[in-house]
Amino acid sequence: MHLAYPAVLAVLLFSVGVYGVLARRNVILVLMSVELMLNAVNLNLVAFDVWLRDTLHAGQALTLFTITVAAAEIGLGLAVVLLVYRTRRTAAVDEVTALGDRHEADELSDGEKEQAAA
Amino acid sequence: MNLALPILVPALPALGAAAGLATGRRHPGLARPLAVLPVAVSAVLAVVTALHLGTGTTLDAATRLAPTGGPEISLALHLDGFSSLISVLVGLVATCVQVYSTAYLKDDPRYPSYAALVSLFTAAMFLVVYSGDLIVLLVGWEVMGICSYFLIGHHWEGADARSASLKAFLVTKLGDVPFLFGLFLLGADAGSFRITEVLRTAAAGGLQHPTLIALLLLAGVAGKSAQFPLHTWLPDAMAGPTPVSALIHAATMVAAGIYLVARLLPVFLLSSAALLVLAVMAAVTMVGSALCALAQDDLKRVLAYSTVGQLGYMAGALASGDRQAAVFHLVAHGAFKALLFLTAGVVIHAAHTNSISAMSRIDGLRRRVPDAYWTMGLGLAALVGLPPFAGFFSKESVLTAAEHAARGEALTGHLGPASAVPAAAGWTVLVAGLLTALLTAAYATRLWLVAFHAKPVAPAEADAPYSPEIDEADPAHAEPAAMRWPLWVLAVPTMGFGLLGLRTDWLPRLLDGEPLRPGFETAVLGTGAAAIGIVLGYAAWRTATARAAAGQPATDPGRLLLGPLHGPAQHGFGVDRLYSALFVRPTAAAARLVRFLDRAVVETYVRGAGAAPGWLGRAVRFAQTGNAQGYLSALLAGAVLLAVLVAVGS
Repeated sequence: MHLAYPAVLAVLLFSVGVYGVLARRNVILVLMSVELMLNAVNLNLVAFDVWLRDTLHAGQALTLFTITVAAAEIGLGLAVVLLVYRTRRTAAVDEVTALGDRHEADELSDGEKEQAAA
Repeated sequence: MNLALPILVPALPALGAAAGLATGRRHPGLARPLAVLPVAVSAVLAVVTALHLGTGTTLDAATRLAPTGGPEISLALHLDGFSSLISVLVGLVATCVQVYSTAYLKDDPRYPSYAALVSLFTAAMFLVVYSGDLIVLLVGWEVMGICSYFLIGHHWEGADARSASLKAFLVTKLGDVPFLFGLFLLGADAGSFRITEVLRTAAAGGLQHPTLIALLLLAGVAGKSAQFPLHTWLPDAMAGPTPVSALIHAATMVAAGIYLVARLLPVFLLSSAALLVLAVMAAVTMVGSALCALAQDDLKRVLAYSTVGQLGYMAGALASGDRQAAVFHLVAHGAFKALLFLTAGVVIHAAHTNSISAMSRIDGLRRRVPDAYWTMGLGLAALVGLPPFAGFFSKESVLTAAEHAARGEALTGHLGPASAVPAAAGWTVLVAGLLTALLTAAYATRLWLVAFHAKPVAPAEADAPYSPEIDEADPAHAEPAAMRWPLWVLAVPTMGFGLLGLRTDWLPRLLDGEPLRPGFETAVLGTGAAAIGIVLGYAAWRTATARAAAGQPATDPGRLLLGPLHGPAQHGFGVDRLYSALFVRPTAAAARLVRFLDRAVVETYVRGAGAAPGWLGRAVRFAQTGNAQGYLSALLAGAVLLAVLVAVGS
């Protein structure tokens, strides 16, 4: 089998993952898109491992690692999502912006404070 | 002789001051013994030192203090008759003042620090008197200046005390800067800061810039001894407590300038220009201050102006080349002026005012303070120069010196040729001295009569000038023993000190050995002038009293005597206003300009430098929305951009 098929498939999968991560609002779907991207990379690893005839099968071994790490990561991610949903009653990623710099209108910047004092 | 004695004299009050400052807050009971004992012991030691030293001998001892590469600075003692005499005066007056202060400032919450500063001041004055090294002398000189600043500002609750202390400090420092340069130049020319070395070099003609040195030193002397044109601080310094006025601003600190010139007189004798400047300075000071004293209403200011005038006499004696007469008058004046100030303190306590016209409305003031009344009379008689009081002999010796200088036979002793003193200096001092003797007698008579002898014509007014020292003593006990005895102790030299100059083997042997007996012509002239002054003062007072009795508004005898001069004289002939226009206002304007430049120019740059990063930061903060997908989009865009760049670049 030519290398192009798995490579194109991996590109498509990765693009779908990128789109999902950037565009979907539901956190669950964002996490699933991340999985898609990871699996696209896994596909590449396996395909190139075969194509390069690597005697040590480093690609396959790394894929196993990635799958393990991805499983741990998704568990953690779902736990975070669950907690966010419990406290905020929402799973929309664009509504969870508490770490952003949103309170500019309330507090004057330092420069303005000095000017106001002067 | 044992060196420990003269070293202990300045050291004891300094240690007492340190102990007083350290313990004053926690153990207020210790403040009085710590104030009086060290100063009293020092005074005794000063007398013992003087007796040990005897007459006609000098003591020099030195230890190197700091190698400078140039003229060395050494911790040197130089004792001779002059320093013995003045140290005894300082010890006597300082002890009297400390004893007096225990009663005068009995209820003052800041008494411990006050007493410590007086002790420190006494130590500094002893240091100046005993020092054989000009730099060490300068240390004492400056310590006295700062003590004077603190003590004038003792009642710092009042704005006038604060401004007076600042004024005293700035004006004397204005003189001290040229003084410092004069000392440096003198040290550089003589190759040493030791006074003995300097005098040896001066006698050998080794000084290259005698006129410049003498004029620079004169600036410092004018500042410290309140001579025209730097005299303006002394009348204002009366804002301090009265004992301080007695100690610092009459008897000792202001005398330091005179003492310094007396010490370095051979240097001054090298320059007739400096002597002439000194003579003119002294003459202007004498006459001007006597006129001012005639117009003042504040008892202490009258005495302050008279101090300025008497210092003018001493400066005049020095300008005539006779340091004996100057020091003679210094000591006599120190005794009777300290006495006058201490009595003034008693009177002010009893009368609750500084104003002599307000005192004149108080019935029976002299019966309330009999001791002060009599001793002030003695002090004023000495000030006027009535025989046989101390002031008569010392003032006559000054006039004699001036008369000799005017005839070209200046009494320079062995210090220099008589021709070193220009005759013009002698004439200036002589004429001004006689005129001042007349004016002095007039204002002393006026002071005495107005303060104590006026018949009360109206009830005391409520708006009598405020004195910060009132309410410190009950008028019924206006003369506690601690305030009465110093008066009589000081009255003794006031009456008898002058007689010591009559025979050359008494006081003159301690000094330069020249006779100090008054000359016949000057004695007649001086006493005559004083008598005329007394008569004028009495006549003016009679006229003023008669007018008041006739129902006309009460006038001041000084106003009758001075006529149109009264207004200007009351304000010190506008010297303060002139200085304010010439120096104070330009300085304040320059300060305002600097403030404007700082606020409007320099700060704009600083604020701009701060504002630009602020704006930049605000622009960057817009990107921080909190939306994770936005961040990821930017991350992806960056990654793609980098990839494209790498692809294109390779």
